[in-house]
Parts: sequence; C-alpha cells; structure tokens
Amino acid sequence: MIAQFFIPPFTSLYDKILNWAMIISIPALVIGLTSLIKLHYTRIIRKTPNMPYSIVAFIAMITMALMGLIGGTGEGTGFEWMFKNIQVPMQATMFSLLAFYIASAAYRAFRARTLEATLMLLTAVIVMLARVPIGNFLWHLIMPNSNLPEVVSGWILNVPSMAARRGIILGISLGAIATSIKIILGIERSYMGAGE
Amino acid sequence: MSFWEKIGSFDRRYIFALIALTVIVPLLIPIGMPITITSEVKSVYDYIDSLPPGSAILVALDFDPASLAELYPMSLAVLKHAYTKKVKVIGMTLWITGASLGDMVMREAATSIAEVDKDYTYLGYVPSGAVAIMRMGQDISSVFKADYNGKPISQIPVMKGIKNYKDISLIVDLAAGGTPEAWIVYAGSPHKVPIAVGVTAVSAVGYYPYLNAKQLVGLIGGMKGAAEYEKLIQARGTASAGMDSQSMTHIAIILLIIIANASYFVIRRKNKKAVES
Repeated sequence: MIAQFFIPPFTSLYDKILNWAMIISIPALVIGLTSLIKLHYTRIIRKTPNMPYSIVAFIAMITMALMGLIGGTGEGTGFEWMFKNIQVPMQATMFSLLAFYIASAAYRAFRARTLEATLMLLTAVIVMLARVPIGNFLWHLIMPNSNLPEVVSGWILNVPSMAARRGIILGISLGAIATSIKIILGIERSYMGAGE
Repeated sequence: MSFWEKIGSFDRRYIFALIALTVIVPLLIPIGMPITITSEVKSVYDYIDSLPPGSAILVALDFDPASLAELYPMSLAVLKHAYTKKVKVIGMTLWITGASLGDMVMREAATSIAEVDKDYTYLGYVPSGAVAIMRMGQDISSVFKADYNGKPISQIPVMKGIKNYKDISLIVDLAAGGTPEAWIVYAGSPHKVPIAVGVTAVSAVGYYPYLNAKQLVGLIGGMKGAAEYEKLIQARGTASAGMDSQSMTHIAIILLIIIANASYFVIRRKNKKAVES
C-alpha cells in the first residue's frame, strides 16, 4: 500500500487489496448481528431478569428488517416512518440525558481543591461562557468595544489545548506504529489469545 | 445540617428540573441572543461560496440520531448553501445508523432549491470506513454501484464526469465520531482535496491541530457553529433557536459550579476552625 504511492504499476494491485479489504470487513456486520441475536436469544431462553428488554429488542430488530426488506427504505416508506418517529427521538433523547448528568456531576465533583483543579475550572468557565452568545452579550454590557472572552477562549483552544491534543495524537500514533510492528514481527500475539 | 451543608448536598432532581427549565423556557420565549461569527466557520462558508457553479462537493453525513440536535441543522445549512450556489452535491455516509438520516437531510435541504439526480445525489451507506475512503480515491463507482434508492451511478446525471477525488472541489465531513481523521489521512493528504469538517461541540477541540496545520479548510463546531452558518446563509433554523437554550444552560451550570464551590470552601473553613479549636 505504501509502494503504490511511488511505483505506478502497483496501483492495480492496490485496487485489488482495497477491494479485498472491503469484502473482508463486510462479514463483520454479519458477525455483529449474529452475536446480538445470540445474546438476546440466550437471555430469553434462560429467562433472565432482563428478558423483557431482549424480547423488545428482537421485535424491534425483526420489524425494522421486515419493513426495510418489504417496503424499501426510501421516502414515504414504513421503514422511514419508524426511523423518523421512533428511532430518531429515542436515540436523541438518550444522548440529551447527558446534559442533565453533566450538570449534576459538575455540581457534585467540580471543586477547586487543588491548583490544577482550579485552573481546569477557570478554563472551563471561560470557554463555556465565550462559546455561547450570552458570554459576549454579558461582556459587551461591561465593555461594548471589547471581544476579550472570544480572544481568551480562542487562545485557550488554539494554544494550550491544541498543544495537548497534538501531544496525544503523536503519542497515540507512535504507540500504534510500535504495536503494529510488534504484531507484524510476531512479538505481540495477545490479540490471537496468546498468553491467556 | 447548616445552610451550606444543605447546599452542598442538593438533591440532583432539583438540578435536573433547573436544566429542563433552562432548555425549555428559552425555546418557548426566544431571547434572540446575537450570534458572532468565528473565523473557522467563516472559512468553510467562504470556500463553498467561492466555488463556481457546476463544481462538485462530497458531503459525508457521518452521524446518527444521537447527535442530531447539533449536526442536523449544520447539515441543512451547509447543504442549502451548496444547493443555492448551484454546486453539485454528492452525499454519503460511513455510519450505518445514519443512512436514513442522510437521505432525510439531503431531501429536506433540497426542498424548492435543488432537484434530485440533477443537482444532488445521495449514495447512502458504505462499510469499512478508511478502506472505502481510499478506494473512492481511485474510483467512486467501484465503491458505490448505485445510489441509496438503487439507481445505477451511470444513470445519475449529477455523477457525470465525476470519477474520483480529482473531480471533487471539497469534501465536507459532518461527523459525530472519528471519521474526519480518516478523511484527512486517506483523502485529504494523498489526493490534495480540501476538507472541511463539522463536528459536535464536545469533539471540536480535537480538530484544532488539523485546522492549524491547514489540513482543514475550516471547522464548524457544535450547535454554535451551526447557528453561525445559519446566520451566514441568512436562514434562521433550529440551531439559532437553540442558542438561547444553550446560553441559559451554560449560565445555569456555571452558577451551580460557583454555588457548589462556595459551599465547599465555607464548610472547609468551618472544619479547619473546629480542628484548630
């Protein structure tokens, strides 16, 4: 794959490799589905306390699959109706709950106990205020011609935060390269169950 | 239990109620907070705005309903802008749970301004993320044989003359996960195709290194970014409406943090005094 960047005849081989990679990755979906069915089937057979949820999961899975297979997935189909009116609101609601838990967790745990915690707290407050319109609105009541909150939050995002993020990206990349080399050379075999 | 101790162990149900109120009330009674435009959002707008009519952009709608509140209005704003500029739009997704959502947003944005197959097409979902991105660099039709509704690529007028990234003027990835990095690494860098990214507010911070290194044309972050884009295209939508709620919620959380810390320090001082005496 690296060679195709430099040597043109490798391009057709590269195409074949990519096709193979795509074909190989598709069965992952089948494996995932099989695993899900197996999990819920076992729960129903064993009548575990969570059995009703597994039945709901099975009904939902079969209904959506049948809707898609029989009526299609395009505009005006039953599949789209169910997706729009059941799945979308449910999934959006689940994610929206995060706001309530964040508020509660911030209230209970966000304390200026140490210097590091204080710095983090101040940074969070500045960014939270400056990234929403009310931050500038309130600041303009005090100093109408200044954009200080935006400047400060921009600096936080573009300098210390970005530097930390770059460090994380470099660390992850070097770690991934090192692990890949170890796997290729056969030094690292735990992914195949070795050492268990 | 003293006043500050009571404050410190406030029942979380009151916090939930407060957050619910700060979200709902501004939606019912809008305040209309002024939205300022940031340079990272403006540069995405400027890039699309500068594209000549007939050029093509690829829009990857890599999100699912969980991040709909932030990314759906963002997608609508970007797509409406492209459609209005008569730029050809090729939509797709790498998220299986976002396949229907992508179709919905493409159609909604096109209402009365663009025609399916003529001005835009939605190719749907493709598995195997990074590999698909790499393969599309050689030939898009080898990854997508047909559009979302099963129409063969060769029969779609908007796809005429578009073979791979060389024919694409911009890739816009509107993503809830880590797909922008794959687009940057496997499409942007090797094929020299410009990339713009729209992400949830929580993950926007992670893309500043790419923006700073000029690997991204611009960055639209969260509902605020979407509201900025709505302001730029002069089409107030749900993101602009949500800005009042978000502002009030942020203020509520900051006040809660201040109250909780005040309680913490008062109790700590009291305990210290008790130990000393």
